[in-house]
Amino acid sequence: MSGYRLPTGGLVDRRKLVTFKFDGKSYQGYAGDTLAAALLANGVKLVGRSFKYHRPRGILSAGSEEPNALVELRTGAYREPNTRATMVEIFDGLEAMSQNRFPSLKLDVLAVNNLLSPFFAAGFYYKTFMWPAKFWEKLYEPMIRRAAGLGRAAGLPDPDTYEKSTEFCDVLVIGAGASGIAAARAAAATVRRVILCDEPAALEAANLPENVVFLPRTTVFGVYDGGSYAALERLTDHLPVSSAPRQRLIKIIAGRSVLATGALERPMVFGHNDLPGVMLAGAVATYVTRYGVAPGRNAVLFLNNDDAAALIPILSSAGMQISGIVDSRPESSDEVHRLARQANVPVFAGAVIARALGTLAVRGAEIRLHNGSSLHIACDLIASSGGYNPNVALTSHFDGRPVWDERIASFIPGKLPLGMSAVGKAAGQGLNANIQPHWHSGILPGKSFVDFQNDVTVKDIKLAKQEGFVSVEHLKRYTTLGMATDQGKTANVNALAILAEAAGKTVPETGTTRFRPPYTPVALGALAGAHKGKHFKPTRLAPTHEFSKDQGAIFVEVGLWLRAQYYPRTGEDWLAAATREVRTVREHVGICDVTTLGKIDIQGPDAAKFLERVYTNSWTNLAVGRVRYGLMLREDGMVMDDGTTARLGETHFVMTTTTANAAKVMQHMEFCAQVLWPELDVSFISVTDQWAQIAVAGPDARRVIEKLVDAPFSVSNEAFPYMAAAELTICGGTQARLFRISFSGELAYEIAVPARYGNALAAKLMEAGEAFGIAPYGTEALGIMRIEKGHAAGPELNGQTTAHDLGLSKLLSKKKDFIGRALAARPALTNPARPTLVGLKPVDGVTFLRAGSHLLPVGAPANAANDQGHVTSAARSPSLGYPIALALLVNGPARIGETIRVYDPVRNGDTLAEIVSPVHYDPSGSCLHA
Amino acid sequence: MRIPCPHCGTRGVEEFLYTSDASVTRPQDGGAVPTQEWIDYVYIRDNLKGPRREYWYHNAGCHAWLVVTRNVATHEILSVELP
Repeated sequence: MSGYRLPTGGLVDRRKLVTFKFDGKSYQGYAGDTLAAALLANGVKLVGRSFKYHRPRGILSAGSEEPNALVELRTGAYREPNTRATMVEIFDGLEAMSQNRFPSLKLDVLAVNNLLSPFFAAGFYYKTFMWPAKFWEKLYEPMIRRAAGLGRAAGLPDPDTYEKSTEFCDVLVIGAGASGIAAARAAAATVRRVILCDEPAALEAANLPENVVFLPRTTVFGVYDGGSYAALERLTDHLPVSSAPRQRLIKIIAGRSVLATGALERPMVFGHNDLPGVMLAGAVATYVTRYGVAPGRNAVLFLNNDDAAALIPILSSAGMQISGIVDSRPESSDEVHRLARQANVPVFAGAVIARALGTLAVRGAEIRLHNGSSLHIACDLIASSGGYNPNVALTSHFDGRPVWDERIASFIPGKLPLGMSAVGKAAGQGLNANIQPHWHSGILPGKSFVDFQNDVTVKDIKLAKQEGFVSVEHLKRYTTLGMATDQGKTANVNALAILAEAAGKTVPETGTTRFRPPYTPVALGALAGAHKGKHFKPTRLAPTHEFSKDQGAIFVEVGLWLRAQYYPRTGEDWLAAATREVRTVREHVGICDVTTLGKIDIQGPDAAKFLERVYTNSWTNLAVGRVRYGLMLREDGMVMDDGTTARLGETHFVMTTTTANAAKVMQHMEFCAQVLWPELDVSFISVTDQWAQIAVAGPDARRVIEKLVDAPFSVSNEAFPYMAAAELTICGGTQARLFRISFSGELAYEIAVPARYGNALAAKLMEAGEAFGIAPYGTEALGIMRIEKGHAAGPELNGQTTAHDLGLSKLLSKKKDFIGRALAARPALTNPARPTLVGLKPVDGVTFLRAGSHLLPVGAPANAANDQGHVTSAARSPSLGYPIALALLVNGPARIGETIRVYDPVRNGDTLAEIVSPVHYDPSGSCLHA
Repeated sequence: MRIPCPHCGTRGVEEFLYTSDASVTRPQDGGAVPTQEWIDYVYIRDNLKGPRREYWYHNAGCHAWLVVTRNVATHEILSVELP
């Protein structure tokens, strides 16, 4: 209990008291305090327990590089683990909890790990939990996970909301320190828009020109191609729980950027340097000057450079005692001597702190003097500075490799991302004056930590080296150094230098350290933004959606679409409903929304010629007012899609695609028109959303359609035969398109009206068909009827089937070039021994033939060598009264009449089926022409 | 990545779809026979570092197909042309 609030100073608002809780106990701070500052002001030093050894830990830094002071924030579903106390702004009612301790922070029984530490050295897991292998998953990993680890996730859906935005600017300035503000001002004088991002909250006004957008609480965490930057703005993290978005992910598109991220101090490495009360010198200065908080009463300063000496006057003017300056440089420097003299503090030149003394907090420092003798000094704060590392993290997101600058004993930016320049300390300017590196105080009793968050010590690094891990990349993976949530911001350079020393090399010879995005952890919720749950992707509603809802439809997701699956009546399950719907269509008339099929309007003098090339069959000879079935291949000869296309005029066609492939076909046709045959004069556009299209199918279909079409249009079989198409008006002047096409196999029409009339058309059709017992049918009935008719659909158009496989080789024209022609002609693709479309029916007449079942010769062992194909689609046929299936079977068509074994080992299916024509229902097609 | 679409201006890569290598040309022989030229056109691609010509489709924009010359090692867009 040694930190306290200074009577004056700092930028916090001393008029606004804030009450918060840490580990259940109430504390007070001021508006503007971080949790770390407020805890220090309340004399709290012990904030957490370490990852592996459960050692007591306090606050090391004052920024986002903090490795130690990780806490859980808030409660219930809002609980967020591993937040850095140095970044959390306090507010009234904030609840924070320490982590990784049991039963309490002060008495953590797992601290026994610390005593067992000889066993927990580098590579411990790899060496120890090797055998038996099956123990790893069941025993070792759960045990390790329980003992080692940090905070607990809430385990509940994240109740917060997040948003995303995109910002554009000429210049992005990253960091609003002195250099950043200067850069923003300079840029603002010559460009239109500057964005200035700064990680902490702004406690004082920056007085910026109007064309500078200042975003405090905003961390630029990633640099991407083309001048794209990712930033996270913390909108309400500093406020009590509210319904406002918590964070905003900002994509910043910048003409150029200025890296003004400053520098991160590296800690001195000595024994027990992780004790609460050992802090970075710069952080101590920040707590005093920014927050008006003294982190201790009696400090010892341990440094190897002149920058840290700036702390001396700060502490003495704040009235804090300094008991000594331990300078590892043999002579120290004039600057240190001058400032020490002013403050009347002894300087121990050529000396090092061997270890910090104390159990739960610093009580003193053991100093090893230049002559080798030891000296104990009482203190409650050790401010250490091993020099600063330019904060180069963002420069390496783009393959940039920081380079070693011997003058300042630090890495400075190497190759910068295109358009980025670095200024100030981030560029290695004005830091580490007169630095003489002191990487660690030697192997002494008491652990010397390099990576605080992952509990990696000097000893671990030396051990790793001894065991052959001399590449820095191997070292990282073997010791887990720099792999914690802080990415080793305070650890990496020290580690590299210690490895270099162990290997007898220089730092640049040993390697460098690079950083990946994100610079600091980003909540997955922020990356998802509003795109979660139902909003992950858009939902497309059919233009008859309201009608179907009124009719009690159950909907199914088909791609982005919601389609009516079936329309149950009282007491009906899906099968009963679908069976009734099929019977209604086969015996009377039914309607079904088919809007979801892709519709492409194709126009131009070369439209027919274009279709000749994208479809396998012939199109120039299609008469106006007629429809034709078309087949499309991919260039590799496999079937891509199928559908019907109507010729509405000499130069005007309307194509339909399958629902699933609508976008793909459009893209493919654009490629053909723009890239392959730019000389063809043809244009097309998707009109899927513009036209509501409804199938009217069944023996009574004509009588229904008749009632809608305006005179004098005739829908008689003679005037409007099978495969006819027309533009007309219906219901007294409504523009419409009528196609006599059939997917169900019955006398059928598809009628299209502008999409806004979808519900009205469905209602009109129901009214017109009432006398005939009309009913709407859904995708289940649609699917059953297409299996009855042997039409290939999704399960057969699976990207691995050829026209031959689907019995459609007659559609491959021999007279013209078309997409896929050459490779479809490969002998292997037309080999009769390929699995080819057939129908199946169970020999016993009742057993359902499940899709996915394998087909085996009767009596042959059930193994892969005997596999002759599989069931692709299956249905219980209401029209035939027995189960039917479609299948792809080796030599299929030649084997009609044979019996085959339908084997489904995963669902215990094993039955015999007769091979039949895929056209189970009305093979002559007489219904279509009725 | 940002791609300057000749119709829409510079837009984010999420609006575009990469599909294929633009350095191959579809054979003009009518395709009656699956020659080696066809096999090469459909299947055989170089996978070289450095500037490559690629087909990109502006699917969330103007639906234009673009020939984008891009350094695949650095993602630098060197030129964008209409095919």
